[in-house]
Amino acid sequence: MSKVSVIQKTYKESCGLCHTKLKNFGVTIGRTEILRDIDLHIQCGELTALVGPNGAGKTTLLKAILGEIRHTGELSFLDAGDCRRNPVVGYVPQRLDFDPGSPVSVLDLFSACLSSWPVCLGHSRRRRERVSAGLASVQAEHLLDRRLGDLSGGELQRVLLAMALEPNPDLLLLDEPVSGIDVQGKEIFYDLVSNLRRQYDLSIILVSHDWSLVSNYADRIVLLDRTVQRCGTPQEIFSDERILRTYGPAISEDTEQTFLKPRLIPNGGVRA
Amino acid sequence: MMETWYALVNHLLPFAWTQHTFMKNALLAVLLVSPLFAIMGTMVVNNRMAFFSDTIGHSALTGIAIGVLLGFQDPLWIMVIFSVLLALAISVLKTLTNASTDTTIGAVSATMVALGIVILSRGGGFNKFSRFLVGDLLSINPDEVLLLAFTLAGVVILWGVMFNKFLLVSVNPSLAHSRGIPVRLIDTLFCITTAVIVTISIQWVGILIINSLLILPAAAARNISRNMRQYHVASLLITFTSGIAGLLMSYYWSTATGATIVLFAALFYLGTLLIKPRFA
Repeated sequence: MSKVSVIQKTYKESCGLCHTKLKNFGVTIGRTEILRDIDLHIQCGELTALVGPNGAGKTTLLKAILGEIRHTGELSFLDAGDCRRNPVVGYVPQRLDFDPGSPVSVLDLFSACLSSWPVCLGHSRRRRERVSAGLASVQAEHLLDRRLGDLSGGELQRVLLAMALEPNPDLLLLDEPVSGIDVQGKEIFYDLVSNLRRQYDLSIILVSHDWSLVSNYADRIVLLDRTVQRCGTPQEIFSDERILRTYGPAISEDTEQTFLKPRLIPNGGVRA
Repeated sequence: MMETWYALVNHLLPFAWTQHTFMKNALLAVLLVSPLFAIMGTMVVNNRMAFFSDTIGHSALTGIAIGVLLGFQDPLWIMVIFSVLLALAISVLKTLTNASTDTTIGAVSATMVALGIVILSRGGGFNKFSRFLVGDLLSINPDEVLLLAFTLAGVVILWGVMFNKFLLVSVNPSLAHSRGIPVRLIDTLFCITTAVIVTISIQWVGILIINSLLILPAAAARNISRNMRQYHVASLLITFTSGIAGLLMSYYWSTATGATIVLFAALFYLGTLLIKPRFA
């Protein structure tokens, strides 16, 4: 117990990012307004789930936060003293689109992210160990020398998660990280994610369609459809009649089983 | 400097074919072009840019034509400038239009070839430019060998600094962006590098086959490698072997050197294709 709290404390201190603020945030591509008037306040150590119908702009929001798509309005990362700074953002894409025939090993890709030593010249033992340790945190160290194209969907997502955690991110963006992966793979992935959040005190934004998993793991749910429709704890969201009516039976079906399941993260993470 | 090389070849390779100075020059050129094409080719194939480099090669015709119109005896620098501008244009087109890239590039390629042929064939004088089509490695002179050496050095330095960034962008641009890599800048830099190298080598390798020399060794190496190191080692071995074998055989068969080298590279490609299942 004491050991765990020591670990939490060190990581808590290393995390200077205390909130991510989106103010009047919007995205317009060409003439299409995809997102508008988004005001969000994401606390450190919190797992925020973004849910919403297809085409609601969930992925767009993540890409805009990453800076890949231009946005209007304000996006600021503030640390404990309300100072603005550049946070380290980790990102796990929905589906990594890559050439499966490409001779890139997991070690190659991981090392290329960590250092500028050309990976075509091989890897030092130290780098190998570092990557191996990174992969071990997601139980994937056995994948070190596998070719990227030979990994299964779940394995690839775990490798990407390990990469997103190096260096320690302040903010972790997960875009439907486990869509198309079997139930067991999903549970492994989410258990990893919620452990990481407790250990490292990082903010996580998770896009998902899986209501039951989201309600088990998220601290807060943001219902997004062009703008923030509703924002609250899983209980608040699932008890809202209006949301259940508008966003269909898919939600109400899930809610019953949702509340029967034990909530795995009762403490809501560590606040700085 | 060349004297040292000549003495070295005389000492190490006392064969009939090395008696000629042009063969010694060509051998040195092959030894420089091989690693250049090996490391460029692997990245071009990784980036799925085979068609792009092909277009740059073909567009050299228009570059030559512009050089001739402007009255330059040696159109190399005009060709390089033209191909860099073209690479930039294609890279802008790629980001501006959502149309499939190969359609855009295909349209550019065909236009440039036609434009080049029209200008160069004015008055029926196209024949004197046919050396650019087939290429003539045996005519390379020491100054040009030096240019190749500088190009190779430049690419090696660039790779030393940028390789990982090129690799990440080639695997997935979104992922690269999230790692703080300026994707568009890196992409453009790679397009320009490809354009410069293809254009500089074109008069010795030939417009018609330069792309094969770039793509075949990398494609062959891909069949038998599981990580980046193996990929590069295999690609280097294949380009060196087919380069030297091609040079020798073109001497004995009196054939065009570039094309002979490409044939050897093609043999490697077929061979690796057959043993590919063992490496899967």
